[in-house]
Amino acid sequence: MALFSSGGAGFRAAKGDLNLESVTKQFANFTAVDDLSLTVPRGSFFALLGPSGCGKTTTLRMVAGLEQPTRGRILIGDTDLTGSRPYERPVNTVFQSYALFPHLTIRDNVSFGPRRRGDSDAGKAAEDALELVQMSSFATRKPAQLSGGQQQRVALARALVNRPEVLLLDEPLGALDLKLRRQMQVELKRIQTEVGLTFIHVTHDQEEAMTMADTVAVMNAGRIEQMGHPEELYDLPRTSFVANFVGQSNLGVGDVTGTDGDNLVVEVAGTTVRIPKARSAVHSGRITFGVRPEKVRISSDQPTGAGNDVKAQVVDVSFTGVATQFLVTVPSGSTWAVYEQNLDVQRNTLRPGDPVWLEWDSGHAFGVEVDEAAAAEAQVAS
Amino acid sequence: MSALAHVGGGTPGAPDDGPPQERGGRSWAPYLLLIPGTIWLLVFFVFPLLQLFTVSLQSGFPGFPGYYYRDVNFGNYLDAITEFAPHFGRSLLYAGLATFFAFVLAYPLAYAMAFKAGKWRNVMMICVIAPFFTSFILRTIAWRQILADNGPVAETLKFLHLLPGGRITETWVAVVAGLTYNFLPFMVLPIYASLERADPKVIEAGGDLYANGLTTFRKVTLPMSLPGVIAGTLLTFIPAAGDYVNAELLGSDRSTKMVGNVIESQFFRVLGGFPTAAALSFTLMAIILAMVFVYIRKFGTEELL
Repeated sequence: MALFSSGGAGFRAAKGDLNLESVTKQFANFTAVDDLSLTVPRGSFFALLGPSGCGKTTTLRMVAGLEQPTRGRILIGDTDLTGSRPYERPVNTVFQSYALFPHLTIRDNVSFGPRRRGDSDAGKAAEDALELVQMSSFATRKPAQLSGGQQQRVALARALVNRPEVLLLDEPLGALDLKLRRQMQVELKRIQTEVGLTFIHVTHDQEEAMTMADTVAVMNAGRIEQMGHPEELYDLPRTSFVANFVGQSNLGVGDVTGTDGDNLVVEVAGTTVRIPKARSAVHSGRITFGVRPEKVRISSDQPTGAGNDVKAQVVDVSFTGVATQFLVTVPSGSTWAVYEQNLDVQRNTLRPGDPVWLEWDSGHAFGVEVDEAAAAEAQVAS
Repeated sequence: MSALAHVGGGTPGAPDDGPPQERGGRSWAPYLLLIPGTIWLLVFFVFPLLQLFTVSLQSGFPGFPGYYYRDVNFGNYLDAITEFAPHFGRSLLYAGLATFFAFVLAYPLAYAMAFKAGKWRNVMMICVIAPFFTSFILRTIAWRQILADNGPVAETLKFLHLLPGGRITETWVAVVAGLTYNFLPFMVLPIYASLERADPKVIEAGGDLYANGLTTFRKVTLPMSLPGVIAGTLLTFIPAAGDYVNAELLGSDRSTKMVGNVIESQFFRVLGGFPTAAALSFTLMAIILAMVFVYIRKFGTEELL
């Protein structure tokens, strides 16, 4: 089982896709990860997105070997890594706190991994990795002499230098300020494309996940709620949790009353709306109707044409430059958000208290299962 | 590229980050606050030290034991060192052994307290500190009972044929054991403090970067706790090298005496021994200072100097 390759005793030189098979992790009475199965194709940029406590970091730590699953298997290609120690896995981690060795110089930090694996060219490898993250000129400094963003780069170089089969990033940009975070997002994506390694990025920032990853898995309460390309996730959430966590959604709970061609007809608090059957996870009974704020148009006159319109009242208007954000009360009593791009020459004249009409293309609507807790949370959030 | 170069700009501790300069004249408050401490040091440390130094150079009146005259007699030093060289050797050897054993005992304890103890951490801390609530002398006398010829430790070892000399007290083993015991907390606390400050993630990073448990300890954990180890060894070695209570109470009258015992007897029991005692004190101080200097130069970090 253990391959005595250049990695020294116990190192397993596995290659291929990362597979998690029914992985469960329990801590005392708490299930952090619940029967999770997942395949991450080799060379992809994969994001695990979820709120704190959803099990995403625990999943990452199990892949790294820093935690062992209670049940299930973790494989890279055909090699079963379950139960092996962190130092035996072709996996490296960029820690949230960077976890640089405070007593070593930047160069020694980066060459630490190659040295342990007996690489005679560890120094050269470290130089190259530092070059890749543009930190060569800091090679002789100690971590304490660097800023957060610089330490972040070194932490990345220290993991990359080993050319791991899977690189794990645990909220690596969490401690950086907004501007630096944006720069690093672009930078990480560039490096991933350049080195072609599998990156697994754990984050609670949906924007970060969407801008970088090829595939995003949204986690909640130890399970994957939905997985897919960022555009797909945003366009068609399959659960109300995803609808709220990835972007914002205007939701309303109602009942399916019939069908109209390819559409479901749904009654939400006295208003009739339509959802394409293909865009609904539920086809009868109770349903949560949803539409994204930017897909909704607002006007003071009743729109003519397609019947997806609702009379509402403006609660708040905020001008953000690119767009104007309205908060409106719909007949059901809940508050919806509406984003209008400031395309018109005429400035917006709507003020709080004004009666308005909302309208949207029913092709943008989606239907998900009713989740009372999430619906209540959405109320509070908006 | 240029944007990235910019990222590197904000080095910590840039001049403009510093605290604002004092405005409107100098403040005398810090100097005033230093006065009591300075006076204390002058009266109770610097002056006695100078006094001791002059005593170490005095010569005795021939024919009048116990009477001295002011002199610059460096021969006192030569006599003291040549006559009591074995005692110096024992002092350094016993202190070194005690430091070593204290380190071996303290490191796992401090490690457990920092990383494994959980809710028991405070209980362990109290156990380490609690002996200080009893007198040092009393605790050392208690060790005499524990190690006594008919005590449980000696009897058990004799039963197992592991005690060739037949006794523990009156031997160097008892002295080193006593020193180790008495200075153990001074080793535990600094090591614990430095381990407790260390980010456990940094130790995990060692494992993540292909270092097994032992290598991670050698290359990551131990170097990270080095400031604590150095502080602990100094706090153990320095007082242990000057100690005389353990050798007095646990050792024998001949073969286990340390420099501290000689100084004590020269000062208080030997007529005309003042210059010798003072010269021994100064020599011991010089040796320890020199050793500490070399030690810190070799292993120390900027945090200590």
